[in-house]
Amino acid sequence: MAPELQSSQPWVEKYRPKQVKDVAHQDEVVRVLTNTLETSNCPHMLFYGPPGTGKTTTALAIAHQLFGPELYKSRVLELNASDDRGINVVRTKIKDFAAVAVRSGQHGGAYPCPPYKIIILDEADSMTEDAQNALRRTMESYSKITRFFFLCNYISRIIEPLASRCAKFRFKPLSGEIVSNRILHICNEEGLSLDAEALSTLSSISQGDLRRAITYLQGAARLFGSTILSKDLLSVSGVIPQEFVDALYAACKSGDFDLANKEVNNVIAEGYPVSQMLVQLFDVVVEADDVSDEQKARICKSLAAADKCLVDGADEYLQLLDVASNTMQALCNMPQEFSYES
Amino acid sequence: MLWVDKYRPKTLDQVMVHEDIAQNLKKLVTEQDCPHLLFYGPSGSGKKTLIMALLRQIFGSSAEKVKVENRTWKIYAGSRTIELELTTLSSTNHIELSPSDVGFQDRYVVQEIIKDMAKSRPIDIKGRKGYKVLVLNEVDKLSREAQYSLRRTMEKYSASCRLILCCNSSSKVTEAIRSRCLNVRINSPSEEQIVKVLEFIGKKEGLQLPPGFAARIAEKSNRSLRRAILSFETCRVQQYPFTSNQAIPPMDWEEYVSEIASDIMREQSPKKLFQIRGKLYELLINCIPPEIILKRLLYELLKKLDEELKHEVSHWAAYYEHRMRLGQKAIFHLEAFVAKFMSIYKAFLIETFG
Repeated sequence: MAPELQSSQPWVEKYRPKQVKDVAHQDEVVRVLTNTLETSNCPHMLFYGPPGTGKTTTALAIAHQLFGPELYKSRVLELNASDDRGINVVRTKIKDFAAVAVRSGQHGGAYPCPPYKIIILDEADSMTEDAQNALRRTMESYSKITRFFFLCNYISRIIEPLASRCAKFRFKPLSGEIVSNRILHICNEEGLSLDAEALSTLSSISQGDLRRAITYLQGAARLFGSTILSKDLLSVSGVIPQEFVDALYAACKSGDFDLANKEVNNVIAEGYPVSQMLVQLFDVVVEADDVSDEQKARICKSLAAADKCLVDGADEYLQLLDVASNTMQALCNMPQEFSYES
Repeated sequence: MLWVDKYRPKTLDQVMVHEDIAQNLKKLVTEQDCPHLLFYGPSGSGKKTLIMALLRQIFGSSAEKVKVENRTWKIYAGSRTIELELTTLSSTNHIELSPSDVGFQDRYVVQEIIKDMAKSRPIDIKGRKGYKVLVLNEVDKLSREAQYSLRRTMEKYSASCRLILCCNSSSKVTEAIRSRCLNVRINSPSEEQIVKVLEFIGKKEGLQLPPGFAARIAEKSNRSLRRAILSFETCRVQQYPFTSNQAIPPMDWEEYVSEIASDIMREQSPKKLFQIRGKLYELLINCIPPEIILKRLLYELLKKLDEELKHEVSHWAAYYEHRMRLGQKAIFHLEAFVAKFMSIYKAFLIETFG
């Protein structure tokens, strides 16, 4: 059966759970929020966890369930990093919205419509510290009529005073089983066939990020039709084929600098992302049996340094070459200190 | 017209190098359901060509009628107004721009302009193809803030707008954006593929190619197809009919860098360093990107060095390139690398020869 591909919506949006109880794997949060739905009372919330675990989904779902489509516009303010969120916005837009009083006892049919508004601050860890500080007082003074939901990846980037005012919920990375279930559900809906091997590949490359798993699945379905194999998923996901990683590792082991240089050039010319290469090289090194702990430590140190440099925007070729050279020195027991450094 | 443009494949069927990717892309758009795309690969591998061919596949020949515009946007950011000027290439159905051209203010471009364009749905009487395509170049040069802003915009306006992102290295694109796109890796064509293209062009132009000539150009091109075709044309202008041992002229700047490299090897002194500074300035003035200079310099030096020095030198090259990225003035770091190399090499010479 041909897959139905009429709707141009990404599946991530199409299959976003509409109700809090449908959110997978986050039992605590779901329990608290279901309670909220019954009693229509809730604290300020702070959701944190790795990408693709359902933070935005949960926040949107609860807002929709509380207010229904009619009141949603007037009661919910959704701000994310694509809106300007400097200190000015906090002082004006958020404050204005927070200050507006709401009529209580207004019932929109089946929805509870509690007498407060919700402000969802998505990707709150990209807010500046000043902006976060400016929020503190606003949160307290309008707490009767406004609830704040903060969504972020790293809780350490939220200043302590804000974090302490919220009920914190950690969103766990999804287990392979949950990802598989969700994927199978989508496959059924979309009429795709996916064998067991492909399914396990998908849950291993997505590493608990459901959004990534769904995006890969959709990408593979677009490119390769309704029967998806394990290798199709690998090619969509951008994982580097193992033989390239092994070739580079072998070149480092051989102790021949020019050979390693050639392999590095090859990786760059093939267009593989170097950050991905570092991750996979790391796996190879850690699992290698014939390498001593000290050598592993030396290699990992250079991998970490190179990763940081890449984040800063350094050149991929030079960084990978540096890593290869360091790995070679470690594997071939060359002296660690450079001999001619003055 | 340059051969590079003349023989650029216009449709996905004509593509000679990445046939499989082209066919997959074709399947993708004929099913009327195109996700956001992220093309990544080294320069000269054919990203732009594929994107243009893809646009043509989606929108027909109207995608080729592009106009270049210098548009100014007024952006109200709190208390002040910022005026941004950006060159855009647009047809009725797509807009192409390089947001990183406006430097550190690229965040505003992403926030305002893209939102603005994504909001307005194209009007089509037949009611089909209800989306616009926005091509963003050099996404890897976007600042972190701008990339953050992009991610929610992509989700929000996904019904009316498709983004095609294009970059050299996907390491510099945040995970959040990568996970929202279908990633398409475009690898550099292999030397055999370059030879095939060169022979194809030679046949079309009615040229006699001596055996092995195309292979030599391909070898020199560093697996960049654009460069191979350019130097092929240069050879044609210089001397025709081709002889099998005809020299393939290297790029001017490469020769210049190799000159610098041999200068450094010959003498290590402050006086020489001063002379080299002038040469580096010369290269920078001619708009050769500093990281390219550094990489080429390393390449030239590695060719001449002893095995034991290579590790050390490549480490310092990586170190100074990183510093250059963090800093402002490229010349300091280039010069620091040269000075460091001189000191290492001098120490090595003294130790070896006394």
